[in-house]
Amino acid sequence: MNATPQTLFEKVWRAHEVEPESPDTPAVLYIDLHLIHEVTSPQAFTVLRQRGLGIRRPPLTFATMDHSTPTRTEQVFGGAPIAIEAAARQVRALETNCAAFGVELLNLQHAQRGIVHIIGPELGLTQPGKTVVCGDSHTSTHGALGALAFGIGTTEVGHVLATQCLLQRKPRTLAININGALPSGVGAKDLILAIIGRIGVAGGTGQVIEYRGDTIRALDMDGRMTVCNMSIEAGARAGMIAPDETTFAYLAGRPRAPQGEQWERAVQRWRHLPTDPGAQFDHEVEIDASTLEPMVTYGTNPAMVIPIGGAIPQRAGDPVFEKSLAYMGFAPGQPIREHPVNVVFVGSCTNGRLSDLRLAASLLRGRKVASGVQMLVVPGSQQVKRQAEAEGLHRVFLEAGAEWRESGCSMCLGMNGDLVGKGQYAVSTSNRNFEGRQGIGARTLLASPLTAAACAVRGRVTDPRELM
Amino acid sequence: MKPIRTLRSRTAVLAVSDIDTDQIIPARFLTTTTREGLGKHLFADWRYGPDGAPKTDFPLNRPQAEGCTILVAGNNFGCGSSREHAPWALTDYGFRAVVSTQIADIFRSNSLKNGLVPVIVDPATHRWLLENAGAEVSIDLETTTLTLPTGQATRFALEPFARYCLMNGVDELGFLLGREARIAAYEAHAGIA
Repeated sequence: MNATPQTLFEKVWRAHEVEPESPDTPAVLYIDLHLIHEVTSPQAFTVLRQRGLGIRRPPLTFATMDHSTPTRTEQVFGGAPIAIEAAARQVRALETNCAAFGVELLNLQHAQRGIVHIIGPELGLTQPGKTVVCGDSHTSTHGALGALAFGIGTTEVGHVLATQCLLQRKPRTLAININGALPSGVGAKDLILAIIGRIGVAGGTGQVIEYRGDTIRALDMDGRMTVCNMSIEAGARAGMIAPDETTFAYLAGRPRAPQGEQWERAVQRWRHLPTDPGAQFDHEVEIDASTLEPMVTYGTNPAMVIPIGGAIPQRAGDPVFEKSLAYMGFAPGQPIREHPVNVVFVGSCTNGRLSDLRLAASLLRGRKVASGVQMLVVPGSQQVKRQAEAEGLHRVFLEAGAEWRESGCSMCLGMNGDLVGKGQYAVSTSNRNFEGRQGIGARTLLASPLTAAACAVRGRVTDPRELM
Repeated sequence: MKPIRTLRSRTAVLAVSDIDTDQIIPARFLTTTTREGLGKHLFADWRYGPDGAPKTDFPLNRPQAEGCTILVAGNNFGCGSSREHAPWALTDYGFRAVVSTQIADIFRSNSLKNGLVPVIVDPATHRWLLENAGAEVSIDLETTTLTLPTGQATRFALEPFARYCLMNGVDELGFLLGREARIAAYEAHAGIA
């Protein structure tokens, strides 16, 4: 037994130290699961070839394609060419690299393909206590299962392929304690947007967040993943949630999770992971969830966020703030409610899971998308798509006048051509409202699936509670 | 990677805070399978008009910015995605250092692996740099100091191992490959076969 109480993060970190850090060198950290995709891996494979290296542990690496892939059925399954040639080249490069280096790949037509951060947990690859990395900042999503999961650059993708290890300095820890019941119409997305609004886009820099408290315990796994997903929008290295019965029930029976006797042993191990009573965090923040409202962003970073009934803040004499509002076409003091909306996007690694689609559908059922509004619903994975179709959710979306697509990152970053037009307002369930993120000159309002659906119905920024 | 010990340059200044990776290199330029040639797309949506012509009021398009290797940015540079295309675009353009009050974790880590020195300075030094665009400053990795033309020198923090790699042109992969025996021992202990 350890005499010193430890946090969840410290337990996972220590268990993966091949060599602890010293003043001169960072720790050598072992990586249990390496997820790769078509956009940030090709240059890493080039380095392996240049240096004559192989992959140290191919079974610990897993590949999918999501960022630049089409969402139109004819381009995924119908034999139509991928419209963007450079994207098609990336898809082919990933196929070639995975075949040459012995990496398991879920290719474009695979029934289990999807956004990398949706399929890791969905397949049971992501497990409590694992170290998980991927060349994508939203790798923080996987921390919802009690894994230490963080995004890395392409050079580091090469390091993990070649050595299954990374050189890392130990981050500090930040506890965000969230208590109180979320009011009706307020969900995980509103919670994380409120947290980012509170601590800022650099509030988590150099730190691993552990989300704690009874509000977190009451969230289902999809909601926990939404929260951990946007840890990076607060600048954090990773976000984690201690595994509990909800986690175990979610993972049980998933194809890549331990089975039978191994499952029992794994659960026994995982029960020791939660932070010990008395363990110290470097910083702590308290959040009262019971007073939260549906949140919506008004600016060009995710911390520029207000309750949906609020007005755009005033910050006289701040040229960067003024530049941001000018880009958005908003004026200080203006209410955000009732502002016209052109596009609604439901999807992404933040809100592309089944419960997100259920929420959006619950509001759209029997209603129509307002005239002149384009609504795109993109499931996070092919499995999510099939489950949603089995429940008839796709019919709700189609009958309302929304588009129902194949899975992928899609309009979150528009790499595949799913774009918002210049000057248009998009209410999006994704994670970033940066200038140009969804298209050149596109104006993004981040919100929950419920809020997005409400905005689609009315064609204006709408508090979902008005339609519930 | 070429060793870096000192840098001396006039500064290019982008006085915008929270510059994210989507501004540094928009996602539509990530459909490449190589590292080279991204400099022409650096800050693409700020640098070029809709017709593709350079915007004359954008700081990097001013004649004074020509040849600058040190970029001074507003508070908190490089937040957002893990795309290493961001430092690739900055170095391909010609930058060797980025100066701000805060630099996002993944961007900083990526920069260090590509010979782009992340320099975090105190608010007073930062303000001076923002107000004196084009000032000739020097950065010394031996002493980890940034020196203003006034002679005022400011120390900055740089992780010792990353500093060693930058100064000696060493890449981390070689170091990790050299830990083979320890990695194998860890795997044996953890039952990873």
